[in-house]
Amino acid sequence: MKINLTVNGHAVALDVAPHRTLGDVLRNDLGLTGVREGCSTGDCGACTVLFNGTPIVSCLMLIPDAEGASVVTIEGLTKDGRPDPMQAAFVEKGAVQCGFCIPGMILASKAEDVPEGNLCRCTGYKKIQEAIREERRRTRPQA
Amino acid sequence: MREFRYEEPRSVDEAIALLAKPGRNRVMAGGTDLLVRLKRREWTVDTVINLKRIPGLRGIEDRKDHVFVGALTHLDEIGRSELLASRWPFLRETVHEMGSPQVRAMSTVGGNLCNASPAADMAPPLLCLDAVMVARGPLGERTVPLTAFFAGPGKTVLAPGEILTGIRIPPAPAKGCFIKFCTRRAMDLAFVSVAAAKVGSDVRLALGAVAPTPIRVPPSVEEAVKRCSPIDDVRASAEYRREIVRVLVRRALAKVAP
Repeated sequence: MKINLTVNGHAVALDVAPHRTLGDVLRNDLGLTGVREGCSTGDCGACTVLFNGTPIVSCLMLIPDAEGASVVTIEGLTKDGRPDPMQAAFVEKGAVQCGFCIPGMILASKAEDVPEGNLCRCTGYKKIQEAIREERRRTRPQA
Repeated sequence: MREFRYEEPRSVDEAIALLAKPGRNRVMAGGTDLLVRLKRREWTVDTVINLKRIPGLRGIEDRKDHVFVGALTHLDEIGRSELLASRWPFLRETVHEMGSPQVRAMSTVGGNLCNASPAADMAPPLLCLDAVMVARGPLGERTVPLTAFFAGPGKTVLAPGEILTGIRIPPAPAKGCFIKFCTRRAMDLAFVSVAAAKVGSDVRLALGAVAPTPIRVPPSVEEAVKRCSPIDDVRASAEYRREIVRVLVRRALAKVAP
């Protein structure tokens, strides 16, 4: 079926089967490999994208439900080749080990203070928390 | 996932007509349970009927003699609702114990109840509030008290072809609490869940995950322990669950009716 949506600021017109998920289409049709398919059942958060500004798990959304939506993946956070502040904080604090969970972790941390719905099997979360706190300290200075 | 036919009805009546067609047809609300079951091949479907494009099924409204919560209202919308928080603040606490933020932004209250998991977290608080389910089918609309809605694990009293359209909550405010016992904060099922509420002078108690369905029980520790019928499974033994019921019910009652 025909689906129109905005991905990382660009209008995209698709002709796809309705049983496919948003995450599958982003990764496999649009080549946005920052969308990771981990568990594919909503538990791990690796496929998190911003859907009209809200983090969702893209493995549990059928592509027809993305009609008219604005979707942002990790690729969409970089502006003119410069990392977004949360990405920079993750790099600075060494919050990345294997990196598989990191796109989802960064996108979820855009909306939550501590991403509850994202699993990391490497880090023990300590440095991820430090990176998020650091970014919050910089972007939301306390009066 | 296997291929399926896909429909986007624009009215409840259209959805009911699609559901009545031959074949294995299922409605989809948030999809967070349905897609998992389809991916695991626990269910097979010929047609998925997506209810999201039907106007009027989503949202929370003060209708004077009750508060109406549309079946397709997202769990995070329940968590954000000032109207619900002003009367029943424990509904927000309940929602925050469910799934993860990403899942709460997609999943719906109607889906949580219609999947009829014995551990459905929305059920115990709504059982305490005497919530009434509103369903529409080929024969028209009817209401069912939530206490009579669940028929067993994964089963409700909805007839084939009936669709839950919303939930009515009687307007009286209540002091309440929801306690969920599980091993981690996000994306976990309750071993035991307990909700208690005090509406006027009436103290109410409901349990989740310790019987074939969520259940209302008389508000005492002894009655709760007597009436629950937990099972042994990979997550906890029946004996352990019964002991947790004893502890959580004591805490919940102390909180709402000290």
